[in-house]
Amino acid sequence: MAQNTRTVPAGTPTEVTQKHVKGGVGESTLRPDGTLKVTGEYAYSSDMWHEDMLWGQILRSTVAHAEIVSIDTSEALTMDGVYAVLTHEDLPAAKNYGMEFQDTPVLAYGKVRHHGEPVALVAADHPETARRAAAKIKVEYRELPLITDEASALAPDAILVHENRDDHHSGHVPHPNIVHRQPIIRGNAAEAAERADVIVKGEYTFGMQDQAFLGPESGLAVPAEDGGVDLYVATQWLHSDLKQIAPCLGLPEEKVRMTMAGVGGAFGGREDISMQILASVLALRTGKPVKMVYNRYESFFGHVHRHPAKLYYEHGATRDGKLTHVKCKIVLDGGAYASSTASVVGNASSLSIGPYVVDDVEIEAIGLYTNNPPCGAMRGFGAVQACFAYEAQMDKLAAELGMDPVELRQLNAMEQGTIMPTGQVVDSPAPVAELLRRVKARPMPPERQWETAGEGADVRALPGGLSNTSHGEGVVRGVGYAVGIKNVGFSEGFDDYSTARIRMEVINGEAVATVHTAAAEVGQGGITIHAQIARTELGVQQVTILPADTQVGSAGSTSAGRQTYMTGGAIKNSCGIVREKVLEIGRRKFGSYHPAWANAELLLEGGKVVTDGGEALASIADVLEDEVVEVEEEWRHRPTQAFDLVTGQGDGHVQYAFAAHRAVVEVDTELGLVKVIELACAQDVGKAVNPLSVVGQIQGGTTQGLGVAVMEEIIVDPKTAKVRNPSFTDYLIPTILDTPTIPVDYLELADPNAPYGVRGIGEAPTLSSTPAVLAAIRAATGLELNKTPVRPEALTGTL
Amino acid sequence: MDFLRPASWEEALAAKAEHPTAVPIAGGTDVMVEINFDHRRPEYLLDLNRIELLRQWEVGEENVRLGASVPYTQIMENLRAELPGLALASHTVASPQIRNRGGVGGNLGTASPAGDAHPALLAAGAEVEVESVRGNRFIPIDEFYTGVKRNALQPDELIKTVHIKKADGPQQYSKVGTRNAMVIAVCAFGLALHPETRTVRTGIGSAAPTPIRAKEAEAFLNAALEEGGFWDNGKIITPSIAKQFADLCSAAANPIDDVRGTAKYRRHAVGIMARRQLGWTWEQYRGAGRTLEGAA
Repeated sequence: MAQNTRTVPAGTPTEVTQKHVKGGVGESTLRPDGTLKVTGEYAYSSDMWHEDMLWGQILRSTVAHAEIVSIDTSEALTMDGVYAVLTHEDLPAAKNYGMEFQDTPVLAYGKVRHHGEPVALVAADHPETARRAAAKIKVEYRELPLITDEASALAPDAILVHENRDDHHSGHVPHPNIVHRQPIIRGNAAEAAERADVIVKGEYTFGMQDQAFLGPESGLAVPAEDGGVDLYVATQWLHSDLKQIAPCLGLPEEKVRMTMAGVGGAFGGREDISMQILASVLALRTGKPVKMVYNRYESFFGHVHRHPAKLYYEHGATRDGKLTHVKCKIVLDGGAYASSTASVVGNASSLSIGPYVVDDVEIEAIGLYTNNPPCGAMRGFGAVQACFAYEAQMDKLAAELGMDPVELRQLNAMEQGTIMPTGQVVDSPAPVAELLRRVKARPMPPERQWETAGEGADVRALPGGLSNTSHGEGVVRGVGYAVGIKNVGFSEGFDDYSTARIRMEVINGEAVATVHTAAAEVGQGGITIHAQIARTELGVQQVTILPADTQVGSAGSTSAGRQTYMTGGAIKNSCGIVREKVLEIGRRKFGSYHPAWANAELLLEGGKVVTDGGEALASIADVLEDEVVEVEEEWRHRPTQAFDLVTGQGDGHVQYAFAAHRAVVEVDTELGLVKVIELACAQDVGKAVNPLSVVGQIQGGTTQGLGVAVMEEIIVDPKTAKVRNPSFTDYLIPTILDTPTIPVDYLELADPNAPYGVRGIGEAPTLSSTPAVLAAIRAATGLELNKTPVRPEALTGTL
Repeated sequence: MDFLRPASWEEALAAKAEHPTAVPIAGGTDVMVEINFDHRRPEYLLDLNRIELLRQWEVGEENVRLGASVPYTQIMENLRAELPGLALASHTVASPQIRNRGGVGGNLGTASPAGDAHPALLAAGAEVEVESVRGNRFIPIDEFYTGVKRNALQPDELIKTVHIKKADGPQQYSKVGTRNAMVIAVCAFGLALHPETRTVRTGIGSAAPTPIRAKEAEAFLNAALEEGGFWDNGKIITPSIAKQFADLCSAAANPIDDVRGTAKYRRHAVGIMARRQLGWTWEQYRGAGRTLEGAA
């Protein structure tokens, strides 16, 4: 379906790496789990089974904000097959957990703060028994007023979602219902506005998107003889979980042994704890293994969502199209618990003007506490909402100036050396104008593709698809462009590192390597990349990837587009140390036989120690014999700084990633139905370690961006703060008939600071995809469309 | 929950008579969702999958006798000429996996206003043959839907066969959803021209408490076609007639606002679908020499 081209423009800085190694860096090696996943044979975390195991079931709140008057578990406890019914009173130790703020109750006590909050817990010998027992628990609530938006959160008499906050942001926020506020002031926007010939303003609304991963939250907790627990779960960051789980169980971390189970997608939705603590509590309480699996309905309550946002923008430009200033305010709804809201605020704020040169800015981003569902990490993390708004603004500005929207963007595009609103210099390639040029230069997909030779209309190629709503009537084509900027890795001074343990030894006469990390394989492709790096660095063919667990140091999270950079970097680094140790052994054993052993530039290639001139000195097998070299090392990216709380200044980000899209859509303007025909993407990936994976990530990110452009939204009733569509019947995600051709054109402009020059790739395509589709729909309909997703009602004036 | 597995139709009727609360299950595409979500917990499930006659169909002179369990895939593949509207509707049902399991009997049994088959059955004209140990009876499709998710079945009755009029003219079916496949109807519309009787029939789905016909719109169009001699002269229908027909179809709808769409949108979309389908079917009737059913 996709036409992919890889282009390295002349004069591109590329890091010199090792020679081409079979199955090494740069090759599209295939995933070992690919066939199993496609054929349904792969074991996901929900497929685990243990003899004599029990099933855990959560009872969740039916109201969004209420005091808990009483919980009566007596009837549930008397049921046959029920082993435990627990409330907060039965918890063994700490009652709260959280990634950034410890504000989330393991089981609600005092009050519930959102619809679907865990209140009580059951273990039974059958999942159906557990469900029925949970239904027998009687909870009496006294409902409280709801905080559902900025106005109700900041009203003078607003009830506080969390009283007595003592987190690291509580001291500086202007109101306790604000999780975090990050302003950025640079230059003088008010003065610059006077130089503007044209000013455009806009208010934008971004709906609540769900990660909609296909594998629901699930895992297995097995009590151990030492009083600890062995926990098998699908998560994005084992060690972050561990740090939160152990205090709630009252156990030292070494007694909570975690192993990664098969992950069925993540997209940020597995950064927070789901069933980990609850299953462990039940296992320790009953002395039996406990399995928990959310069904689809529960999954919608079992993880955080993307922050819905209100965004207020003002852009100014001179008549010739140069941006004078940007003012913006971004209000992110964090819901009832903080999750990663504070970091999302930092991202939204620092990336709020997009990949453009603007010297005078006034930016404010806030994250709210409300009684809506908790929101946190999702692919794009704050930058998605901002990109939707600033790209709409750029189109508005282009229209006002009578300029081509791509030219306006190119005229203001940042490049290497540009200073961000935070004062940070973009110090590696930033080919923003070039990415736009590439998507624009593509030939247009043919028009009226639904027309067939004599067979009538092919409805699959029309808006409405198989629903047969149009045979061409009312269909108008539109084209739109967008470009975005995303940070890669953990920012704002976070001590971000990964750990790799590499072992090298001789088995059956062949040198082999073993890679052990705690990195979560959530579909991003670490499973091939880690082996590719070991092959390239150590000159071996056979590489074993051990399962991720907590028996090795932290790899950090598989998120923020950081894992190939960070765990890839850690593996490269540890492999380098292993190589030196192997050479040391070689020099000890053979140094006196050949003067080249004294050469500092020896390499491991093709199972041999070779000179940089290519002369083989010895096989690795002969060097090692029965010696084993094993190294475990932490590796860090360069340090970052916190943003100043008043000015927002600081070198807050590790690296930036850029992608541009051109969307071609066809809209049935009478019925308000949309068919995206093509979503072409150009992206700088630094270095494609596995080109096939790169294209897969870009196409996946693009599709997820399309989803929130035209269909994906968790709908929360503002009167009750309850979720109205927690199912795949009514929370729609794109099918293959909604997914267009996605041609991918990737650049490899190395970042000199990153291993092999890599640049995080998973998130950037999710940013620009949505505004490109919106721009195309606006072009087709002439409507303003300030809210995403676009519903048929918005296109037909029938709201 | 007891699982009853009758080996024959007679055994099934006996079981239903003995356990009137038993919920029949064939494809299971509705019933299993309800059970899995704990929306209902029937005392008995009555499995109809061993009953061969429910999976058979027969094309007669006037009617197609469609077994209640004939899966949608079979309708799409085998009955496109005889039941073009229902075949188009079948194609919009969920996913290929669901279309391999589900059948019209399930749609009728559930009687959800969003069931995809209903507008096509209303437009084509059909009778539902139901049976119990007391005997069988034929319920005209217009009298079958009695309320939201309610139908005219007695507790001891099972749906056996749907007798659908063979198409004597062009038929169309459309469904609006906010996704291009695998979507539940926001609203749906079906139209059938019946040149033999010089009438048109309509069906509207998901835009009223039950599936309905737009009877005023039908009456208006029947009169307009007659008056203008359109059936004989095969002239292009004037835009004002098409508009009036579409407006009356919109007016027939009695939709609600819900999570899938607004009432206002539903009413609007019904009108658009009605106008377009009138164009498609009439063009086909005039013998434009090409089928406008959609070539998917």
